[in-house]
This record gives sequence, C-alpha cells and structure tokens, in this order.
Amino acid sequence: MKEKIRIASGQGFWGDLIDAPYHQVTKGEIDYLVMDYLAEVTMSILQKQKNKNPAFGYARDIPDLMKRILPIIKEKKIKVITNGGGVNPVACAEAVMKVAEELNIKDLKIGVILGDDINNRIDEIISSGCELNNMDTGESLKSIKDKLLSANVYFGAFPIVEALKQEADIVITGRTTDTGLTLAPMIYEFGWKKNDYDLLSAGTVAGHILECGAQSSGGNFLGDWESIPNMAEIGFPIAEAYPNGEVVITKHKNTGGRVSFETVAEQLVYEIGDPVQYITPDCVADFTSIKLEDLGSDRVKVYGVKGKPETEFYKVSCSYADEYSASASLTYSWPQALTKAKAADKILRKRLELLNLEFDEIRTEFIGYDACHGPLSTQLEEDLINEIMLRVAVRSHDYNSVERFGKEIAPLILTGPPSVTGFAGGRPKPSEVVAYWPALIPKKLVKPELRIL
Amino acid sequence: MKVLLKDIAHGRSGDKGDAANIGVIAYDDKGFEIIKKHLTAEVVKKHFEGICFGKVERFELPNIKALNFLLHNTLGGGGTVSLKHDAQGKTLAAALLRMEIEVE
Repeated sequence: MKEKIRIASGQGFWGDLIDAPYHQVTKGEIDYLVMDYLAEVTMSILQKQKNKNPAFGYARDIPDLMKRILPIIKEKKIKVITNGGGVNPVACAEAVMKVAEELNIKDLKIGVILGDDINNRIDEIISSGCELNNMDTGESLKSIKDKLLSANVYFGAFPIVEALKQEADIVITGRTTDTGLTLAPMIYEFGWKKNDYDLLSAGTVAGHILECGAQSSGGNFLGDWESIPNMAEIGFPIAEAYPNGEVVITKHKNTGGRVSFETVAEQLVYEIGDPVQYITPDCVADFTSIKLEDLGSDRVKVYGVKGKPETEFYKVSCSYADEYSASASLTYSWPQALTKAKAADKILRKRLELLNLEFDEIRTEFIGYDACHGPLSTQLEEDLINEIMLRVAVRSHDYNSVERFGKEIAPLILTGPPSVTGFAGGRPKPSEVVAYWPALIPKKLVKPELRIL
Repeated sequence: MKVLLKDIAHGRSGDKGDAANIGVIAYDDKGFEIIKKHLTAEVVKKHFEGICFGKVERFELPNIKALNFLLHNTLGGGGTVSLKHDAQGKTLAAALLRMEIEVE
C-alpha cells in the first residue's frame, strides 16, 4: 500500500481555466488528476448535442486536453478520472483513444462507466413501481414525461474503483458525483471497504473541497480577498491523502492563490444543506465532525471526519424543456440615469401589454443599483449615479411572445428616454428553459456497468 | 454597541434548486459566539425580506465556527428557470454580511 497519494483537481466546471489540468500534471508531482465537468443543466445541454449528432454528448474539451497531457501522464504514471463523458462516455473514450493513436501512444487503457443514463428506461422504471416523484414537490414524473430531455442516476466512487482495479489509465464516466471522483482513488489505493463509513466520509469531504477547483485555493474568497497572491496564476487544489483518512489540502509550489483555514472553510460550506447529513451514493458524511488545522505554507490538514451508512437510493437528475426565455439590456447615463431606466422599463411593459403578449414572468433589474442585493442595497442619490444598466428578462410558454419581446428592445433607443447606449449583438433570441427534476431511485433498479477500451 | 457582520465573519453562498445556501464563518471564537447567539433563522429571514419568500433553515457547524442557512423560495425558480441576474445566489453571502448586530 502506498504511504500517501496526491489527487489534483483540474476543473471546477465545464468552462473552467483550460490550462489548469496541464499545470497540475506539470508543475509538481501528483498521482491522480480528477476533473468535474458536470453541473445540473450540463447533462441536458449534452443530451441536445447528442440528439443532433450521435457522436457528441460529452465534454469536447477532453480530447484537446489529452493531446497535451497524454504523453506526460503516461510517463509520470498519473491516472485521470473525469465525469466529462456526459451522456456519451463511450464516444468520449473513443475520441481519447484516437488522440492516443495519433500520438503513437500504445497500451493505453480507458475504463468507461455506463448505466447512469436511464432516459430510455423511464417507462420500465415507472411500471416497476418507482414513480420518480419530484423530491421537492412530490409530483409524479408522469406530468412531464413527454417533455423529458435527460435522466441520469448519480453513481458514486465504487464503479470507478472497479475500473482502477482493471488498471485503467483513464476513467471516463457519465453522471458520477463530483465527490466520487476524488474518493475513488483513496478506496482503490488504501483498500477501504464499503462499510468503512468514516474513511469514505473523509474521502468525500476531500472531494467536496476539490470539486469546485480553485474555490478552495483562494478563488471567489470572500474573506481578505485582496491579500490572495498572484490570482492570475492561481494553483488548483491538491488533496494529499493518507490511509487513515487524514487529508492535507495543498497546491503546487510556485503557483498563485492560497490554501488556508479560511479558504478551505468557505468551500466546506458551499452548496450544503444539513451539514450532519451530506448524502452521497457512498456514505452520509457529517460535516460537523470535520477538523481543520492550518499547517502554514498552503497546507491545511482535514481530519476526524465521521460518517454513516449509505442510503438505499440513488439520486436521479432529470431535465425537461418547459418554457422559453430571453433577456436584454440597455445602459442609461447621468443625469437621472435611474429615472430614465425606470421610465424605459415602464414604456416597454406598456408596449408589451398593448401587443397582447403572454408572459409568465417579466423581471426588471437595475444593474449598478440594486440587481444583486435588492432592498438591502444602499439608497443612492440620483445625482451620484453615473450610469445604470436596465436589464429586462421574460419567460413564457409562448415562443412568439418571447421572440417579439426581443424586437421591442432596440426601438427604445430612438423612441424612449435619452442618453442611452449599449445595445449590441442583435435581437435577443428565445432560448429554451430547461427545468430540473430531482428524484430518488432504489439502488437495485440500476446497475453500473464497466467497459474497458 | 453595533458590529457589522462583515467585520467578524466571511462566507460563501450558492444555489440548491430554488433555495440559496449561505454559509457564514466567524473569524474567531468571540465572533462565533456572537453569530451563534444573534444570527437566528428569524433574524436572517427578516434581513432578506423582499428577497427570500420561503422559510429559513439554520444549521450549526461549531467545528469551523460557522452557521449554514438555507433560504427557500429565493432564486426565482432556480437553475435556468430563474430570470434573476444572480440566479445562483452567488452574491447573497455578501448581502448577509451587510447586517449590523447589536451586541452587549
């Protein structure tokens, strides 16, 4: 057994710093590179891409990245784990294989995790008695079944562990929990068992700290953010994991950013609910048991983590097309910037009303004034306001109403209040609103499948 | 004496469906005693009047001197349904830190 392993976070979301994973494999020693590409809406976007072209449906940044890092990870024996396979992990793996061939890299082994995509199994699952009720509202999925875009089960770390046991160099999954990507190598390397709940929870906590990339190493830090050094070259976090469940969060030397008690603590509270029950497919971690010790020099020890057994369910993330929406903005300058923006909004709303358009919601915001903090914002005297961006957004079941809204913005420049600018990029087009449907499914109804390429 | 929450704590916020989560972390033990005592679910609900339209849940993480709040019915539907500029509630932690707390 290894004395310790170093697991590096390479992406916090699809669209994160392109060079981050390259820097993780080149600027210092690591054993694993883990990359989270999937947010809740990402799966529906990928499903739409796959519907148009059956060869798509995965994070297409991955083959490009592999061109740069495959020779390095083969030489340094770094393993890569990512959920960027989206709704088409096999196509993703095949694209990576093609890159390997182009680079003349032989004996590359890719493990692909399948079975999370239940989009084609919905009828069968419902008829077996699992109604996939909405976790928030209790409604049955039947009400939106015809509008379904995607449906995926969140798998945990164990399917990845199976791939690592088969000596995969790269593991590509569909919908796997962000935390599972980091936990899996610890289970594999240290031989943790399915009932080692404290250890599984320790790895899960490490996964939570790594899953948003640099958000734990000085990015988006609300504390003393101005003191964070060299954010331009921010280092992404690395979990140095030990067999007893202790983890040290750190980053490569000679990178920017900071790993401290405060930067790690902020990430610990990010997007959590009840801290005593952080539920994953692998275990239920207790975030109130976590102990943090700032060791200095960008090293924070995370230890003492307790956890409980996993639940009998997997979480399911479904998405469905519901309405259309569009937003547009115009900028008004001093004098009376706010008064002008408010007048323009009133004129626009009157015109939309006269056109008998149908909207489920029209929302107006004054950016530069109170768009972020609403009634909590400081009231500014009108003369002190240099400029205001008027932002109006609409949502409707009627496509034509949203499209017509888009045609009513630019005319405000010549037919409304003065000293207005900032309308560029043409008329806003209606975009499909993708609504999210969280549900639970008994674990026995789905089975992860491992394919080795 | 009044203290500005921003001077004794930091935090981070994000989305969980239509609910926003706000984690508040005190800089020291004294600060944690203050937020533990004064930053109740009711006080937070009142602070976010006109922003949060549902209930506020409060959880304690004394191990990292933090409180976690769940503000339900806050993000205009959440996800891509929301028409809000800040649809994910990313700026709401800062909005909470605007609070002034009367301490003895």
